[in-house]
Amino acid sequence: MQVGIGLPNTLDGADRDLTLDWAMAAEDGPFTSLGVFDRVVYHSLDPMATLAACAGVTSEIELVTSIIAGPLRSDALLAKKAATIDVLSNGRLTLGLALGARQDDYETVGADYRGRGRRFTQQLDALREFWEGDDIGPAPVQSGGPTVLVGGESDRTFQRVSRFADGYIHGGGPPRAFARQADRARQAWDESGRPADPELWGHGYYALGDDEVAEAGREYLREYYAFTGPFAERIAEGLLTTPQELVQFIRGYEDEGCDELIMFPTVPGMDQYDRLADVVGDEWST
Amino acid sequence: MSLTINVIGGGPGGLYASLLLKKANPDYDITVYERDPADNTYGWGVVFSDATLSSLREADYETHEAITDAFVHWNPIDIYYKGTHHRCGGHSFAGIMRADLLEILQDRCAELDVEMHHEHNIEDPDHLRDDADLVIGADGLKSVTRERYEESFRPKISEGSAKFAWFGTEKPFDVFTFIFRENEHGLWQIHAYPGPKSTFIIECQEDTWRAAGMDEKSEAEALSYFEDLFSDHLGDYELLSKLYAWRNFPVVRNRSWNHEQEVILLGDAAHTAHFSIGSGTKLAMEDSIALYEAFEEKGEDVPAALDWYEKERRPRVNALQEAAKRSRRYFEHVPRYLHMDPYQFSVHLLTRSGRISYDNLRIRDPEFVDAYDRWFAAKAGEAETPPAIATPPLFKPLELREVRLPNRAVLTPDLDDAASDGRPSAGHLDAVVDLGTTDAGFVLTDPVAVSAQGRITPGTAGLYDDDHSDAWGEAIDRIRDRSDTRVGAHLLHAGRRGATRPRETGLDRPLPSTDAWELLAPSAKPYTSANQRPKRMDEEDLAAVREEFVMAAEHAEAAGFDHLQLHWGHGYLLSSFLSPLTNDRDDEYGGSLDDRLRYPMAVMESVREAWPADKPLGITLQATDWNSNGFTLAQATETARRLAETGCDLLAVVAGQTSMRQRPDYSETALPDYTDRLRNESELPALTTHNATTTDEINTLIGSGRADLCTFHPSAFE
Repeated sequence: MQVGIGLPNTLDGADRDLTLDWAMAAEDGPFTSLGVFDRVVYHSLDPMATLAACAGVTSEIELVTSIIAGPLRSDALLAKKAATIDVLSNGRLTLGLALGARQDDYETVGADYRGRGRRFTQQLDALREFWEGDDIGPAPVQSGGPTVLVGGESDRTFQRVSRFADGYIHGGGPPRAFARQADRARQAWDESGRPADPELWGHGYYALGDDEVAEAGREYLREYYAFTGPFAERIAEGLLTTPQELVQFIRGYEDEGCDELIMFPTVPGMDQYDRLADVVGDEWST
Repeated sequence: MSLTINVIGGGPGGLYASLLLKKANPDYDITVYERDPADNTYGWGVVFSDATLSSLREADYETHEAITDAFVHWNPIDIYYKGTHHRCGGHSFAGIMRADLLEILQDRCAELDVEMHHEHNIEDPDHLRDDADLVIGADGLKSVTRERYEESFRPKISEGSAKFAWFGTEKPFDVFTFIFRENEHGLWQIHAYPGPKSTFIIECQEDTWRAAGMDEKSEAEALSYFEDLFSDHLGDYELLSKLYAWRNFPVVRNRSWNHEQEVILLGDAAHTAHFSIGSGTKLAMEDSIALYEAFEEKGEDVPAALDWYEKERRPRVNALQEAAKRSRRYFEHVPRYLHMDPYQFSVHLLTRSGRISYDNLRIRDPEFVDAYDRWFAAKAGEAETPPAIATPPLFKPLELREVRLPNRAVLTPDLDDAASDGRPSAGHLDAVVDLGTTDAGFVLTDPVAVSAQGRITPGTAGLYDDDHSDAWGEAIDRIRDRSDTRVGAHLLHAGRRGATRPRETGLDRPLPSTDAWELLAPSAKPYTSANQRPKRMDEEDLAAVREEFVMAAEHAEAAGFDHLQLHWGHGYLLSSFLSPLTNDRDDEYGGSLDDRLRYPMAVMESVREAWPADKPLGITLQATDWNSNGFTLAQATETARRLAETGCDLLAVVAGQTSMRQRPDYSETALPDYTDRLRNESELPALTTHNATTTDEINTLIGSGRADLCTFHPSAFE
């Protein structure tokens, strides 16, 4: 299993220096990918623009949207942007896509919330056509287009995974929560007769340091996920705040067959990068 | 600061929650309102498992002691069926009369100064909120609290299809007893368990109930009917009845148990679970423990405590309700399993909920499982009478016609996407040989095309050319050299799902028109608007494709395959005849189920004639399109019965992919459940296709008679 790190694109203080320093450090560090989150009605940096900037200062690390809400965007523009990042990064884009749960994002961009499922399915089909066709360029560096991962937990999610994608990306939780969904992804994949196995990605949240840092991390998660109601507290409680918890979490995912696990910071500052790199580097150096 | 709590409902849940909260917080003001009198004695026995008892012990020692003084403890389960009796041990239970339990809880509440108001009915729970910090809705199945705030709770209530009525008897039953008895009206199912008075629940399917006139009989007539029917079990003892009524089991779930952070549901009001898997009382008391712990964790922060309680209980309640649903469904469909040998019937019953597997049974009662293995070995033809020792069911051979599969594990390779003009690639053949030399009982190829037109992608392997049978034959020879593994060819015509690109980048992506070939289907409906419109098959096409299947069978024989399987699933050609979604013909090949079956059956018959009589022929049958307008499980069941009559030797069960418009179910029990149903409704040997990952899973499926062969994908298999 490989371990990636989330960029701090949704944290306060995400500016040019922090973002690029983070990316360059990760490139030299033990991480194999850089993840980003997606939210329109929020102060976060746009995920694809962020990855494009990181493409410029790195040359090996994978650039992953984990996830972006597909139906918020036009199919053609999404295809073009993704292909562009793939070219500018020399074939390092993994496009993780899902529905996105926030209604305000949909309203603000003028996309239909109710019909987003159906749109998403159509979009997944369209993306490949665009990447392989000649009308909308550039032609991606990766043959067939960037690696596509689909996220979610409905039955339709796994239908989309098996039908259109290269793998599944889980939304976060303890290893057994991941395992349950990964099983469904494998099941759908097998039944569909897709070759080999689906890629299986997961993610988790961390905040390393003293109690104040841990509490700040939890506060961020409560606020970020406030729209989910009582579930926000559950997410906050799952925050990994000690090296021991972190190692156990990562091992748990490895045991359940995760291919790549992205760890997201919840407190801004290069210090958080360094602390995670220390823990991961010791145990999982690539 | 101390809390004021009003509890609606003085049943076990309401009382237990009250006493635990009051014990830990004597300054809390807790009042229970119960509509029945304090000495109400309705209800019979309540069952607890060992695990529940230890939770009770931890929560409140005194209550636990009082319960254990009053209860009856037993260990095995007895199953009476078709004049046989099987006993399986290791399932520890305890039972207490509901009335005794209530008395114990009331006494304890009184001891702790919980205020109780009996014969006090609450019409509107809102009145109890004014002076309280928390209202606990523990008012049972027909909860007024739940109804009052149903917008918050969003209840989902449905009914089981079986009828049941609750009786008691003084006849001692010393262990948990299931009795299955058929008479002229149908099948009657008894759940009986010990107690100071035994509980005797009578359950049946609705048509049995009507046939016996139970909807019209008086209580006395009904008692007499059953005392007669079960006179061998009851002896001279009578059946006793309180509040005589036949009911369907009410299945209650709620999206939330919390209203405005002030009212919380507990017990049956929040969730029910079929009596065959454990009791509502147990769930209610466990809820109470969790609620008490929530307040221990969160102090007087009521909203935080209620969140904690729900977060804590949801996973456990969901898991139990899942198991209870499976158990309830089992009891609703027992007649399906009446063809089974009593020994297997018992194992099927014991493993019905999904929580007890073959290995679990072995831990609970090793002798029972050892004896079962020996019986199974004899039945599988290994011996005339049960041998002295035997390996588990998975290792037993299966005879299909004259072909003997050495064990029940089946391996299948990934689809070959690299065949050229149907000739399987060398890499693929090597992979098949590898699978065939690892001691599995059976290897079934990936779906292999009966013609170039019938391929899925340009890389799909085929059996339509001598070149192909040579290639396959060489691989089979290599397997024969080294193992007893039998090899089957899975024949396919892709129909409207053909002429697509290799599946690396996705499914059903059409080839560019320069590379595509014409597609055939029952109706000229493309898979999606992006896919090629197939040609509606005319008589010539129907005859030609049928001939292609026959030729493929001949090639398979030339190659030396032991078994042939025809693909009637996943929206490929033959399954697209079965499905109304893809077949709207108005000739004799479309319309009613019989008509839609006509062509696939004709193909099967022709192949059967061409295929050696001593070798088996199987069908991979679509269990469901997952679309209510499509081919349904009911139609698949009927089809399976027809196949049993027409000489099909094996059923493999698949689902979905006929249309993009489907609501798929990728849970790990979906395919095995369909297989169980189709196998037992048709009595055909069946192969599960969902890729079991442990030998325990296979032993459970095979041993219980839910399947006869299982595709296997062990996790560390590379």
